[in-house]
Amino acid sequence: MSKVIKIKKGLDIKLVGSAEKEVTKLPLSKYFAVKPTDFPGITPKVVSKSGVDVKAGTTLFYDKYNPDVVFTSPVSGKLFAVNRGERRRILEFVIETNDKNEYETFRQAKPKDLNREEIKDNILKSGCWPFIKQRPFAVIADTNEVPRDIFITSFDSAPLAANLDFVVKDNFSEFQTGVNALKKLTDGKVYLGIKAGELSTPYTNTANVEKYEFSGPHPAGNVGVQINKIKPVNKGETVWTLSAADVIIIGRLFETGKYDARRTIALAGSEVKNPKYYNTLIGAPISDIIKDNLKTTDSDIRIISGNVLTGERVSEKNYVGFYDNVVTVIPEGNKAEFLGWGMPGFGKFSVSRAFFSWLKPKKERVIDTKLHGGERPFIVTGEMEKVFPMDIFPMQLLKAIHIKDLDLMEELGIYEIAEEDFALCEVINTSKIEIQKSIREGFEFAIKELG
Amino acid sequence: MKGLHRYIEKIKPNFEKGGKHERWGAVFESFETFLFVPGNTTPKKGAHIRDAMDSKRLMSVVVLAVIPAMLFGMWNVGHQYFLSIGTDAGIWQAFGHGLIRVLPIVVVSYVAGLGTEFVFVHIKRKEIEEGFLVSGILIPLIIPVDTPLWMVAVATIFAVIIGKEVFGGTGMNIANPALLARAFLFFAYPSKMSGDKVWISRLTEGNGIIDGFSGATPLGQAVENGANIVDGAGHSLSTFDYFMGWIPGSIGETSTLMILLGAIILLFTGVASWKIMLSAFAGGAVMGLLLNTFATDTNPVMAIPFYDHLLLGGFAFGMVFMATDPVTAAQTTKGKWIYGFLTGFIAILVRVLNPAYPEGVMMAILLMNVMAPLIDHYVVRGNVKKRLKRIKVAGK
Repeated sequence: MSKVIKIKKGLDIKLVGSAEKEVTKLPLSKYFAVKPTDFPGITPKVVSKSGVDVKAGTTLFYDKYNPDVVFTSPVSGKLFAVNRGERRRILEFVIETNDKNEYETFRQAKPKDLNREEIKDNILKSGCWPFIKQRPFAVIADTNEVPRDIFITSFDSAPLAANLDFVVKDNFSEFQTGVNALKKLTDGKVYLGIKAGELSTPYTNTANVEKYEFSGPHPAGNVGVQINKIKPVNKGETVWTLSAADVIIIGRLFETGKYDARRTIALAGSEVKNPKYYNTLIGAPISDIIKDNLKTTDSDIRIISGNVLTGERVSEKNYVGFYDNVVTVIPEGNKAEFLGWGMPGFGKFSVSRAFFSWLKPKKERVIDTKLHGGERPFIVTGEMEKVFPMDIFPMQLLKAIHIKDLDLMEELGIYEIAEEDFALCEVINTSKIEIQKSIREGFEFAIKELG
Repeated sequence: MKGLHRYIEKIKPNFEKGGKHERWGAVFESFETFLFVPGNTTPKKGAHIRDAMDSKRLMSVVVLAVIPAMLFGMWNVGHQYFLSIGTDAGIWQAFGHGLIRVLPIVVVSYVAGLGTEFVFVHIKRKEIEEGFLVSGILIPLIIPVDTPLWMVAVATIFAVIIGKEVFGGTGMNIANPALLARAFLFFAYPSKMSGDKVWISRLTEGNGIIDGFSGATPLGQAVENGANIVDGAGHSLSTFDYFMGWIPGSIGETSTLMILLGAIILLFTGVASWKIMLSAFAGGAVMGLLLNTFATDTNPVMAIPFYDHLLLGGFAFGMVFMATDPVTAAQTTKGKWIYGFLTGFIAILVRVLNPAYPEGVMMAILLMNVMAPLIDHYVVRGNVKKRLKRIKVAGK
């Protein structure tokens, strides 16, 4: 029996438009993309030039400062374009697909027959390594480290998030193989965070892991919260983290010898006609996913790759992010509101009871992207602590980051967190401060200072 | 409202960069965002949805919570006045008199304060911060009704500049600005802030007062002669009277009932910390009890029952509206418990054992405002230590 950990602090934001458990297989899209911007902290070095033929698993680019970490194509076809943004920063590697369905071949073997180096090598070459992130700093795992432990979260508690049980249902053997491979990469344990109370979840049968059940509101599904409750990260330690959906792709690699980037992506949100799941590949074009399934065609909607707490605004011309398994569409809140701060606010979302929406706390709401006011210094205290379940002082840590005091950041727990852990703090913050952005800046500062 | 919005949009370019009124841009923006919550949206990456709560809403809730105390204060000002001239006035007559006396103070406070804020907005070229909306209404309620208007203006300007803007504005200040205004008046013009004459409307002018009328507050009387506290006309007062608030005192602070209403609004909406409020009253009660235990004849105030202490003077008003100011209070959960308790505890201690001045709430809150960062520091250190200990355990 696994242990149950109750998360008390947090917040489930109830939004209209959660995805029905219904999967549609998308026909192969014409274009797919890998976006270096999905990987904070890497500097992409281009390997192939436009027009070159690639297979699924062919390296497109690698990290300049750690050439072992390569990023590969999810499909076969040819490299169509390398799109650049400001200061020639590479934004997208776009691949035009062909119908050949060709794969690069990697090692196909049972993980138990391989040693650590062989497993690592296989994951690295196939382009699966970026699935493995590390704490501290929530970046792609350092290839030179042996992690203290590895943490896998098997559920996502964010609003409108994809149901990962549903994703793993038919891929359980791959999941187990993936776990077996990861187990060899650490001298410690592999921990698996499961949603409490869901006895039917396939994860309860997983072998080779230590299971913990988590109950309570979001962010119970965040791997950072799970680590903090199971075995927190100390200074000098490294742990690796993965999402269950990505473990499946690693498992497939060992079972088939292919980088098989199939992914189930949920389309959700109040502006979606028929919210449901799609089978496609990593890096699928947004336009194919939202096709004919939005309520309106005007521009006053926001398409988000990822969930409403941590995702990135994208346009129809963009592609789903590497780690994302949900695309959310909500209304833009770009209309001014007369004396909006003074109105009763029956329909407004707020954790405070300063709006009359407290009358219906359980109601699923349509929430738009309005910021509600301008940015201010920190005024209210104690609000973040209500939604932040880790044993960390969120506001004090944030202030340490703002004043760039590295010692203080370290003392207050910067090694334990990721942006997503602060997402709810950002949502409820009265002063409208961009908290997740600050956290990443704090990481960048710390990485630079610590060398 | 669409027409108004169109008009604002039309004149807006004048105030933007390169426009002919560019230097008034920040002031314009302040008015614009007051009228219309702007349609600005969440950034490209991060949280795409936000809580509807903003600082304008936050401050308006506090102002709303203060209104019962203010309305009662207006009535009580009139009530005490008519008592002093021996007239039997009705509710509305009393309220009318109070309105005429109090409204100018509120107006002066807002005009002086917001005027100063706009000067800073203009200098710093940034949107106005809403903190003064609250300070502006608190200042009139914690001073005697006979305070000259020019003093109110000077104190308010002092509070905005020295209490807030020199620290960088709302959210950055160390001490509660409204209390600083009160403290400024107290030290600069003591004769207008204490004694028997200042608490009743027009008593300082001395016209038409009935023979033998005294304007002493219950606390003032307790210091002078201990037991048998009476109102100005000589009727004795009970705990119920203190609770209802028909006693002399600063404009808005006499009625614990009305303050309680405000407290309910603040706590229900989640705007103020119940931890601070609860522990402040607990601290006051504990100190009151302690003093009751050691009461002697030499200091009759010590004998005031502890529950009366919580109803008298500015205790309830201070603990509900001032001590809970999140900017100047302790910020950590544990810190809030300690901060609140000590604030209440010290308030009664100073009130009873300080011979110079029969009230300690202002001093206690200002003192604890200054101590709050220290309390937080030790609470945060506790968390840091835990983390360090974890390393040691892991290292073994």
